[in-house]
Amino acid sequence: MSAPSALLSVTGLSVRFRMRGNRYIQAVSDVSFDLAAGECLALVGESGCGKSVLASALLGLLPGNAQLRGGALLGGGEQLHDGAQPEPGAFEARDAVDLIGADERTMAGTVRGRRIGLIPQSPAAHLSPVRTVRAQLEETVRELTGTPRREVRAAALAAAGRAAFPAGHLDHYPHQLSGGLAQRAATALALVADAPLLIADEPTTGLDRELVEHTVTELRRHVDDGRALLMITHDLAAAERIADRVAVMYAGRVVELAPGRDFFGGPGPRHPYAHGLRAALPERDFVPIPGMPPELGALPAGCAFAPRCTRTEEACAQTPELVDGTACHFPLTAGAPAVVGAPSTAAAPEGDDR
Amino acid sequence: MTGSTPAPAAAPGGPSRAATTPPALELRRITAGYQRGKPVVEDMTLTVGPGEAVALFGPSGCGKSTLARVAALLHEPWAGSVLLDGEPARGWRHRAPRAQRTKVGVVFQQPRLAADPRLTLSRLIAEPLRANGRGEEAARRGGELAEAVGLDAELLARRPHEVSDGQLQRACLARALALRPRLLVCDEMTAMLDASTTAALVAVVEAYRAENGAALLAVGHDRTLLERWCDRTVEQGGHW
Repeated sequence: MSAPSALLSVTGLSVRFRMRGNRYIQAVSDVSFDLAAGECLALVGESGCGKSVLASALLGLLPGNAQLRGGALLGGGEQLHDGAQPEPGAFEARDAVDLIGADERTMAGTVRGRRIGLIPQSPAAHLSPVRTVRAQLEETVRELTGTPRREVRAAALAAAGRAAFPAGHLDHYPHQLSGGLAQRAATALALVADAPLLIADEPTTGLDRELVEHTVTELRRHVDDGRALLMITHDLAAAERIADRVAVMYAGRVVELAPGRDFFGGPGPRHPYAHGLRAALPERDFVPIPGMPPELGALPAGCAFAPRCTRTEEACAQTPELVDGTACHFPLTAGAPAVVGAPSTAAAPEGDDR
Repeated sequence: MTGSTPAPAAAPGGPSRAATTPPALELRRITAGYQRGKPVVEDMTLTVGPGEAVALFGPSGCGKSTLARVAALLHEPWAGSVLLDGEPARGWRHRAPRAQRTKVGVVFQQPRLAADPRLTLSRLIAEPLRANGRGEEAARRGGELAEAVGLDAELLARRPHEVSDGQLQRACLARALALRPRLLVCDEMTAMLDASTTAALVAVVEAYRAENGAALLAVGHDRTLLERWCDRTVEQGGHW
């Protein structure tokens, strides 16, 4: 990957849920990516494609019926493995920890909040409704940092400032905050312990364009301060604004992993699904991808996108590996015609059968 | 605010009809709110011509959803009048006369909050038919609608918690179309959805409108989307 030394290194991560009747829901399949300090990776895909499950797996927040495979190493990658140099920058070097194998004590005591900050979806619901923002910030400062009691108030104020939360609103309750301020309050909480990795789960859902711009600009600032950001979103416009790299997830797999510049700019995505997703934007063709994604409980053998794809051939009965950033047997080449309406020998219906 | 003259030039409902048909929706000098003395919408006038698609655009908190609720007869305004197909609204919520209530179909932003979790999707889609004593049409009309929004039999047998947001919103759109409304109100219908599902749902709405000549009031904050979708965009916000 492009990262010289990954802060987070996910390798072959799979998550499945065991359901009644010995059925399994395969939510995440064999996902691998690296994420470096000062880098933002946007994980995009439609609702139900497994991206939030992936985030929960990294935070150790999956329910008891989840079965995990693979690894997610946080903390310094190869450098720390060799016992060598600590990371440059403001963050102290810490032992690498495998987020997948770690027990709840490790996750609760040393990882969540301290090494990974979560910026949740619908922040207003994430904050406690019965306490002011200041009370929640001060509690977080006390719990996560060794700040002496008399300095807690100042530290909370500083934490609010880091997320551009106005000091004048600190004594407000969450319901008194606008969507944008609630977002900043939640971000302030995530930043309290100076976590080097931030995970933002749909941080822009339900916000209007202006607030999306604000949120994205502020998140980008934290990336430029040297943090790594994994941003989970279905909003391609927000992803375009912030992401260094884009990972497109489909039916639990990463099908495309490309620099943001290439994804949104010239060459465009090479996987037919990623290409169709971008083409569906109202500023582009505004044409949906025919059909719907498969059930995670009944994934087809081989490429999960094949039933909706216009380029399907025999080889698609084999699951394609992610090679060169694309998991497709017949990736689009730069300047190729659009997928929808492209000539095809496959049985898949053309264009807009909706 | 624009839109005080009915049936602007861009109305696609067919020029021959536009001259004689009253506007699908007229909001005249609406003032509405929830807390006494704090109106969310003040003195707002908006007209949707027959078969016209109008986008109401503005930042969150500007009162556009409230206005959409007024248009759908779900929220009684403090002042002003609402006309559907030229007839003044005579009641709100459950007191709205059936003939008026069924003229408007509504799709909300969050399908989870707008769907009874106990109903299967097929029940959910057919609920307006049942509620209006037309249960015998449920099987046929429900089937048509499900096909139009792209839900198959297997999905129709499920309950909301067993489907994705996109699939549930498809069902909510089908439900809004069940009684063949003359006016469709879409309040941030696609804010939770990915680009492909957004394009798919907009296509369903447009196919319905092309077939039935229905009008549309689309509320949202995504200018690019609304300008691509609608004939005319009304911007709200400035003076509130």
